[in-house]
Amino acid sequence: MHTSYVLRRLLQIIPLFLAVMVLVFTLVHLIPGDPVSTLLGDRATPDIVARANKELGLDKPLLVQFGLFVNQLLHGNLGESINLKIPVLRLIGERLPVTLFLTVYAAVLGVAMAVPLAMLAAVRRNTWVDAVIRAVFQVGLSLPVFYVALQLLTLLGARLGWFPIGGYGENFGEHLFHLFLPALTLGLNLAAILVRTLRNSIIEVLTAEYVDFARAKGLRGSVIMTRHVLRNALIATVTLLGLNIGALIGGAVITETVFAIPGVGRLMVDAIFGRDYPVIQGLTLMFALIVSLVFLATDLIHARLDPRAELS
Amino acid sequence: MTAPLLKVRDLNVRIPTPGGVLHAVRGVNFDLMPGEMLGLVGESGSGKSVTLRSLIRLHRPPIQMTGTVEYGGKNLLDSSESKLRDVRGGRISMIFQEPMSALNPVLTVGEQIGENLREHKGLRGKAAQDRAAELLDLTGIPSPRARLADYPHQFSGGMRQRAMIAIALASEPQLLLADEPTTALDVTIQDQILRLLLRLREEMHMSVILVTHDLGVVAQTCDRVAVMYGGRLVETAGVNDLFHAPKHAYTLGLMRSLPGAGEHRRPLQPIPGGPPDLRSLPPGCPFAPRCEYVTDDCRVGEPPLLEVAPGRFSACVHYSELPALKSTPEEVGV
Ligand SMILES: Nc1ncnc2c1ncn2[C@@H]1O[C@H](COP(=O)(O)OP(=O)(O)OP(=O)(O)O)[C@@H](O)[C@H]1O
Ligand SMILES: [Mg+2]
Repeated sequence: MHTSYVLRRLLQIIPLFLAVMVLVFTLVHLIPGDPVSTLLGDRATPDIVARANKELGLDKPLLVQFGLFVNQLLHGNLGESINLKIPVLRLIGERLPVTLFLTVYAAVLGVAMAVPLAMLAAVRRNTWVDAVIRAVFQVGLSLPVFYVALQLLTLLGARLGWFPIGGYGENFGEHLFHLFLPALTLGLNLAAILVRTLRNSIIEVLTAEYVDFARAKGLRGSVIMTRHVLRNALIATVTLLGLNIGALIGGAVITETVFAIPGVGRLMVDAIFGRDYPVIQGLTLMFALIVSLVFLATDLIHARLDPRAELS
Repeated sequence: MTAPLLKVRDLNVRIPTPGGVLHAVRGVNFDLMPGEMLGLVGESGSGKSVTLRSLIRLHRPPIQMTGTVEYGGKNLLDSSESKLRDVRGGRISMIFQEPMSALNPVLTVGEQIGENLREHKGLRGKAAQDRAAELLDLTGIPSPRARLADYPHQFSGGMRQRAMIAIALASEPQLLLADEPTTALDVTIQDQILRLLLRLREEMHMSVILVTHDLGVVAQTCDRVAVMYGGRLVETAGVNDLFHAPKHAYTLGLMRSLPGAGEHRRPLQPIPGGPPDLRSLPPGCPFAPRCEYVTDDCRVGEPPLLEVAPGRFSACVHYSELPALKSTPEEVGV
């Protein structure tokens, strides 16, 4: 229905892309060290280093390198990993589904925790129930992701042995099982952010006249809560959720490392340590694209939920 | 004599506020007969809306409601939630003062009518759609079927008011509580809506409590009037009696502040002063500080609402000294 709007938004991604390209190219080359010395180690002679650099095109001036990079990109080619000798696009194709699975899984868990708890906290506002829910998530929010990941890993994974401590599995069921702890880690973090906002907007919506009008219509409490209250309260929360999917993907970098999951997050960490310029650049562009698409989807969902919202 | 449909006794509503407890409704008593249209009038802040909401126990804690609202042999103020749900929106419907904020912005008008039909009439799907369109049509909304899919913000003010009426009437209630259904509207639309209410009352044999601060509206539509001041009823009377000879100084003041009412060609006289502070009322008649008939007797204790003539109740110490007016409801009605 909003075809022209969607097209316009997609076109807006192009300048963003250019900016990200310049930024990431600059940043990558600012990282101390270079791929060749990282790859070859200290014992490589200057001669070998020079030859390797020439082979990889790293001896050319930065501006020329940038031009080549952009040219490649225009041909739909992200280059080849220096360390793995695999095209970056293929690497992404292999690893991205894992990360997307993890992200969606985490988002689902996060929302599934946040919505009922926020409702409970809002209905029982200013009681001990509310206080406990808020306190728990406040603490959860202040704990770093890697710490929560390690705790869950140690307790539920290593000590109790309920869940595997790493890997991805072969099929959907195994994915769910293997990724449960990392998804829970990220989901808890997301839930902590959502609970607070959602609780407050539910409390605000509960005072709205239309809630009293719904009561005056003799509707059941559960109907009022879901149809009238939650739908309105979610409007504000969807935007927040969209903004945090970006953070969730960022969090995936850490969780994938801790839980040894073969996703793009791990790939990124490896690429940075290996100064694998093409991979870093390709992944960053991919992240930018995903985040842009998520924001677009958020706006579309927001417009769906709130009929008053004008897409512009 | 037929039994009243609704019997309200010693209704009190107390609203805790940061500045102290606000006693918004203070011992209200009245009966409503089947098929009767009762006007509840009074200036802004006199407690009309708060009273109306408490009739179906709509206030939520920490707001406190006490007294009895007897309907169908039961006190609605201490009925269980599930019993109350049948009454609310089923046998007693309510139209809120502000249709813009009372309609849910994210549900279509059709969905909001449909909810009532499902809850109280057991209608779903196509049958509910058809009935919803019929109701919109009944309230005078053009091309009703197409408008079912609209959201409230796509309606004009007058149409939103009509949509609210359609929602309230969906269950074919015995009693309609209408809180200023016309105040926000221009005169032509106001007139149409009032006529609509009158017609529906005839067709559906409903009783109506019509809240308004416009005596003209009362004159045009109601059988009986209850005048509210400072959280209390200060006078109740048949419409004709009230307009001929008000028995409370406040009612007299209200009439004199009406264009076209009172002694002819008399300039408009707004009542001096403002409404009383319901958090700390002085002893005696709450209207005393603004009253031109005030004497020391008015300040000793709050005068109770007494029957001063057959069918007429007044809480005014000086009811017998008030001048009769030559106005008739027709003159007052716009
Ligand atoms: N939820 C609330 N919290 C605090 N005070 C309230 C609340 N609702 C009503 N009041 C107060 O109660 C008193 C009566 O209010 P009410 O809404 O019944 O007036 P009204 O007669 O309907 O006036 P209007 O003609 O302006 O609608 C007012 O002083 C108002 O400020
Ligand atoms: Mg009001």
